[in-house]
Amino acid sequence: MRERPSIESLLELFADGKVSAAARLITILEDGGKDAERVLDSIFQRTGNAYRIGFTGPPGAGKSSLLNRVTAKFRAKDHRVGIIAIDPTSPFTGGAFLGDRIRMQAHSEDPDVFVRSLASRGSLGGISNCTDEVVDLMDAFGKDLVLIETVGVGQSELEISEKAHTVVVVLVPESGDGIQAMKAGLMEIGDIFVMNKADHEDAEGAAREIQDTLRLKDIPEGEWEPKVVLTSAREETGIDDLIDVIEEHRRHLDEGGRFANMRKKILRSRVRNALMDRMERRLRASDKVRELLEQRMESVYRGEMSPYMVVRELEELVSIQ
Amino acid sequence: MARKVRVLVAKPGLDGHDRGAKVVANALKDAGMEIIYTGLHQTPEMIAESAVQEDVDVVGLSILSGAHMTMFPRVMELMKEKGAEHIVIFGGGIIPAEDVEKLEKIGVARIFGPGTDTGDIVKFIRERFPEE
Ligand SMILES: Nc1nc2c(ncn2[C@@H]2O[C@H](COP(=O)(O)OP(=O)(O)OP(=O)(O)O)[C@@H](O)[C@H]2O)c(=O)[nH]1
Ligand SMILES: [Mg+2]
Repeated sequence: MRERPSIESLLELFADGKVSAAARLITILEDGGKDAERVLDSIFQRTGNAYRIGFTGPPGAGKSSLLNRVTAKFRAKDHRVGIIAIDPTSPFTGGAFLGDRIRMQAHSEDPDVFVRSLASRGSLGGISNCTDEVVDLMDAFGKDLVLIETVGVGQSELEISEKAHTVVVVLVPESGDGIQAMKAGLMEIGDIFVMNKADHEDAEGAAREIQDTLRLKDIPEGEWEPKVVLTSAREETGIDDLIDVIEEHRRHLDEGGRFANMRKKILRSRVRNALMDRMERRLRASDKVRELLEQRMESVYRGEMSPYMVVRELEELVSIQ
Repeated sequence: MARKVRVLVAKPGLDGHDRGAKVVANALKDAGMEIIYTGLHQTPEMIAESAVQEDVDVVGLSILSGAHMTMFPRVMELMKEKGAEHIVIFGGGIIPAEDVEKLEKIGVARIFGPGTDTGDIVKFIRERFPEE
């Protein structure tokens, strides 16, 4: 029942713009391994055109509702939009409840909007390990804007800042969110801070609080100064302002080669991470390494060898010229 | 590289009760599956397109409104058009026995009546998609 068409035929259908093929290729990317690499190898040449915008913030801040509004505006400007909505996998059951689509169903029949929900699976932060690859696939599928939603917990906010060109931090006026944001490290990664649920009366005060905190930051001359925007996804206010600021940030990156540098940095860290990952897996899988390690550990337990003596010996074994 | 079972749970029709759908979604999640929940008032077009984009293995529809004889065939037809006829579809709700028979004849995998033990639904999916 789980038979899948061959990767070749999926890639052909994908090139013809078939959504079902794109969706099945995403599943292959999610499952990882050799097949995922084959898919990425063959689509990568067609990537590089999508602008990536990350939306992160505490649970229930209104990220999905905001994405829904923002997508409508971007569609009116003729952008083709890909959305990746990531929710956490339960560490206890391995299951996940992916509910972000509920807020975005207005776009489900628009052929130029592709929404995919991902569970974070093995990743420690709130983000999925294959996020980059799924962005690439949407990029190669012709989406020129890719919006990524992640819950701002754990390490995910750091990860999103390594993947997105513009990071939008979504906050709500509810008690102490400004402080929470500072604690969680959200203040460092946001290019834009949205105070959503502006239909609540304390929103303006909360926005001012964020603004005051941002003023304390030392921003070098000519660099981007994070902006604060008030929105209500419910009442559809402030959405145009948010779009304006996102576009302003994009223009800022386009100046002086910032964007090109950022792109290189992102790709560099992807290669490095993939390499480290691969090396670690190979080390773990090697019988030779394991045997030698087990032997030498006895000497370490007895205090005859220091940990580094063992490491140096193992290094010889796997030496890379 | 265990392949996760992905299930779309939706509530078509006009009535505003999705308690049953949520209970099922939660049970499947607790059984280790990935549930894409699209909520209330789903049209056949929304359901089929979401199922395709999310590349789910299974679609579960909770129906109380009596529109089942149009809803299921329409969703299945649309999924087929979109190249996703492999997706298993099941339903839950109050559906007369003769209709259940008709639906199963056109390819609905199973209809679960009211008061179904969610464990049975988990089992039904697991039988088709064992953990790899
Ligand atoms: N009053 C008000 N409620 C809002 C606004 N935006 C979203 N909500 C409500 O806030 C709740 C959460 O909205 P979501 O868009 O699902 O929030 P989210 O940040 O995507 O949530 P998670 O993905 O679960 O972290 C829903 O009940 C929304 O209707 C807003 O601007 N004003
Ligand atoms: Mg959400």
